[in-house]
Amino acid sequence: MLGTMFLLGLLYVVFVGVLIVLLKSWVLIVVIAGGFLFIQYFFSDRIALAAMRGHEVSPEQAPELHQMVDRLCALADMPKPRVAIADTDLPNAFATGRNQQHAVVCVTTGIQRRLSPPELEAVLSHELSHVAHRDVAVMTIASFLGILAGLVVRSSIYAGAWGGGGWGRSNDRDNNAGAVILLVILASAVVYALSFLLTRLLSRYRELSADRSGAILIGRPSLLASALVKITGDMSRIPTRDLRAAEPLNAFFFVPAAAPGFSFSTLFATHPPLERRLEQLEKLEAQLGRPA
Amino acid sequence: MKFLDALLGRSKPKQPKLDALFGVTGAAVTLEAAAGMKPTGQAAVCFKPASGQGFAAASEELQGLLELAVKEAGSSLRVTDDRYGYRWVVLADPEMEDLVTSAHLVNSTLEEYGFGPQLLCSVFAFADASGRRFHLVYLYKRGTFYPFAPLGGERRDNELELRVKATLGGDLPVEPELARWFALWGLPLD
Repeated sequence: MLGTMFLLGLLYVVFVGVLIVLLKSWVLIVVIAGGFLFIQYFFSDRIALAAMRGHEVSPEQAPELHQMVDRLCALADMPKPRVAIADTDLPNAFATGRNQQHAVVCVTTGIQRRLSPPELEAVLSHELSHVAHRDVAVMTIASFLGILAGLVVRSSIYAGAWGGGGWGRSNDRDNNAGAVILLVILASAVVYALSFLLTRLLSRYRELSADRSGAILIGRPSLLASALVKITGDMSRIPTRDLRAAEPLNAFFFVPAAAPGFSFSTLFATHPPLERRLEQLEKLEAQLGRPA
Repeated sequence: MKFLDALLGRSKPKQPKLDALFGVTGAAVTLEAAAGMKPTGQAAVCFKPASGQGFAAASEELQGLLELAVKEAGSSLRVTDDRYGYRWVVLADPEMEDLVTSAHLVNSTLEEYGFGPQLLCSVFAFADASGRRFHLVYLYKRGTFYPFAPLGGERRDNELELRVKATLGGDLPVEPELARWFALWGLPLD
């Protein structure tokens, strides 16, 4: 989710900055910025599905998949999300939707082909954990807070510059305005960068949480681990073009689609490194393995 | 604390509620008196086997223990795995009351061994006057029952299911959300 979020956020920052300079009306700006966020929050399920070209499937069309989700939901005591399949060879799965009533779990035909049914079930329980933890809502709100912080910084600098009076003589006015705009852009960029790092940190934390809850739900952390290894291994064998096309959607995914030669720096990654995830699952496996 | 848990991405495994199981005995009487639907003398407890030494050791010990306890109640027991990776403990006893007691015993023993979060459901088999089979499924995590009437070819007899629901009325807590009446294909009961 954050991959698209970053671009969207950047768009907000630039767009809102321009609006402030042009319109000087706070109400309008807040309405427009809030409107975009509102759309993203309420249509997250449809946006993600459309972007991945996933389509919802009925129990008759995909009985095995539905039965898996059915049983997992009964185990976890949560309402059943809609189930969708995306027709792509990219092995992946994602969950989206602002709450449990509007959630969609989507798997690709590529992941169905590569994983054994128990492994696919493990992946599904990871995705269902995202739904149970309300990750779309949390991440949307978290990134909005960052944008809001940027707005506040901008507004205070702006107000200070114009309201302060005594800023040189009148023929310096244009120079001042240029300096103020520069300052505004600089400050908002810093605030935005900081909030972006923080939301990514949050995202990695929540991936680990979903791994953990998912593994506990099925009672077999090793299945999730083997699914992770299989998919990550397979990822690097997919032609680069497919991967690049899918990169903006990374944060939705079970495993991020990183094209070879392009390495995520640890700070910017939406997902924790594979080693970190496997290590956690190993620990869980050892815990479960201890005699009761 | 629910808000905080959501914020931190924490969810605790749900523990099952077992006591409502005893309500099946009364419900069976109602079903027979009102609609001529009889229990077939079979029940099953379904759970998801966990991995690791702890579970392997416990499940062996458990099976011995269960067989012994169930035999005492006069029921018979067998264990099978289905193609979705769930394990079924299938019980048979002509006496409904003993069958329910045995099912409760299996459940509480599994819970005692720490497999509470892994319990999926308990199922009791019934047949209506014309011999059509249906099952009463108990969802532990919800504490509710629902009827499941499979037909051939992974279709369900919804009419029969709704009739059972209407007949049960207030005798059992019936699951109000129809979306949670999930199908159990490949049920190892006749």
